Amino acid sequence: MSAPSLGVRLGLRSIVLLYLAALIIVPVGLIFYRTFEHGLSQPIDAVTSADGQNAFWTTIICVGIAVPLNTVFGVMTALVLVRQDFRGKSLLNALIDIPFAISPVVIGLALFLVYAPRNSWFGSWLMDQGVQVIFSVPGMVLATIFVSLPFVVREVMPVLREIGTDQEEAAETLGASPWQTFWKVTLPAIRWGVTYGVVLATARALGEFGAVSVVAGSNLSMPLFVRKEFEGFDLSGAYAAAIVLAILAMAVLLSMSYLQKRSQRVAEEEGDEDRELPGPGVFVPHLETGGAGAPPHT
Amino acid sequence: MASADTAVVSPPRAGLRAPLGGAALTRGAAVLWISLIVLLPLAAVLSRGFSDGIGHFWSSITDGEAMAAIKLTLISSLIVVSVNAIMGTLIAWVLVRDDFRGKRLVNSVIDLPFALPTIVASLVLLALYGPNSPVGIHLAYTKGAVIAALLFVTLPFVVRSVQPVLLEVDREMEEAAASLGAPNHRIFRSIILPNLVPAMVAGCGLAFARAIGEFGSLVLLTGNVPFKTEAASVYIYGQVQTGDYSGAAAVSVFLLAVSVGLLLALNLFAGWRTRHERA
Repeated sequence: MSAPSLGVRLGLRSIVLLYLAALIIVPVGLIFYRTFEHGLSQPIDAVTSADGQNAFWTTIICVGIAVPLNTVFGVMTALVLVRQDFRGKSLLNALIDIPFAISPVVIGLALFLVYAPRNSWFGSWLMDQGVQVIFSVPGMVLATIFVSLPFVVREVMPVLREIGTDQEEAAETLGASPWQTFWKVTLPAIRWGVTYGVVLATARALGEFGAVSVVAGSNLSMPLFVRKEFEGFDLSGAYAAAIVLAILAMAVLLSMSYLQKRSQRVAEEEGDEDRELPGPGVFVPHLETGGAGAPPHT
Repeated sequence: MASADTAVVSPPRAGLRAPLGGAALTRGAAVLWISLIVLLPLAAVLSRGFSDGIGHFWSSITDGEAMAAIKLTLISSLIVVSVNAIMGTLIAWVLVRDDFRGKRLVNSVIDLPFALPTIVASLVLLALYGPNSPVGIHLAYTKGAVIAALLFVTLPFVVRSVQPVLLEVDREMEEAAASLGAPNHRIFRSIILPNLVPAMVAGCGLAFARAIGEFGSLVLLTGNVPFKTEAASVYIYGQVQTGDYSGAAAVSVFLLAVSVGLLLALNLFAGWRTRHERA
């Protein structure tokens, strides 16, 4: 359709805009309006209440543990999957996608069956050691780690494939230790992939509801606080907390598109024209095609 | 690309590439990490699902309430994926081929459902389509609410799969067809669509896998009425609350099998297509 008539174009455009308006733009806009229609004091009181502050700090703890761990192990796992060959590699690769593929509630249940105080694999032993995982913050942290695990791995793997091993080999030939090679050659080359992965993992970790709700007991994170306020018929509290989360989500979107533009500019300045351009959106649906052993796309 | 050649010709030499003190060490750490975080809990669900035998597993998922929840989930997901196939492709087409003020803003709105926490999505849809709906549409606590929530959370998949393909499609064939007098719908059906089908399939598959497991966006919106608006994930949550872990695990294993099977099929499809195209 190189030149569809103006009528067709306007028609299709209106259908798309109406659909997006009804599904996303108007609903999201409406809760911003509802939150602030009676002024600022009510929403601020709600999120600064004892429960609200508690939920905020619990969320910070979960994100603060999950994201750094997933970053370190994510880079390591990506390196292992791209640069090494071993039996069971495709299984390991497939396991990375599991958190994307399964229901958050199933993740919660799974942790429950391993760590619950009773009727579980290790729960009662851990209780004897004085560690309670389920119905407590450690369980919420584990759930957050699980759901945000794939992002760094999946963002770093294609970059590692693309950069190849020439520079690392050169560094080693010149006598660099593996550590030096990693810090001075590999890490700078994959820095954008790591950054995207961290941003996406943070967004996911901040907003996780299903997996955390199964294991949280009476503890609250920000998303759980939204539900509690709603069920307690405190709509303004629910809206206020939801707005905080929505603003964080939008900040993630903005920083991602800023980072993508910047990395593109840096790549152009470095004269690296082969570099794959980021897709049209921030979130690219990942599907590891062809399994772990697939050669890089040529 | 030089990197491709080295990767194919020389197998990675163990020890040389590993930055953290030995290939075996990093490999061991990665395997241990994934096993501890992902494999161990997964194994617990599988073993609990079958702990009372296959007969009990079967009766757990065919139990009236469980079956109703599974049916609702599968049927709603199918409807949602069909709508996505059409609307997602249409949105991608408008974003690539059309030009209007505010297009970049619309483009970034597509990502919002990925970034927005699911519980916020639930609240957001409830504000517009709930009991206090300012437009008089009352979807809340009906099956329509399930559809609306799933449409919201799965919106980006097809759009973001199809968009890059459309960007790269060769326009010359379309122009040739147009200059030979082919009408627009014919050009779309026989030239554009065949190029898009693989991306549509991939996007739909991912959207379906997401839809059958969705939980957060349904919680506030659907009322979770058993046999009516209770989706499979909400049913699992309810069983955990009442202490029926085997029942919850059985339905979980079923959902897991469907989405893992689907992703596997998509991978095979993509791999087959890559080989097919190269040959």
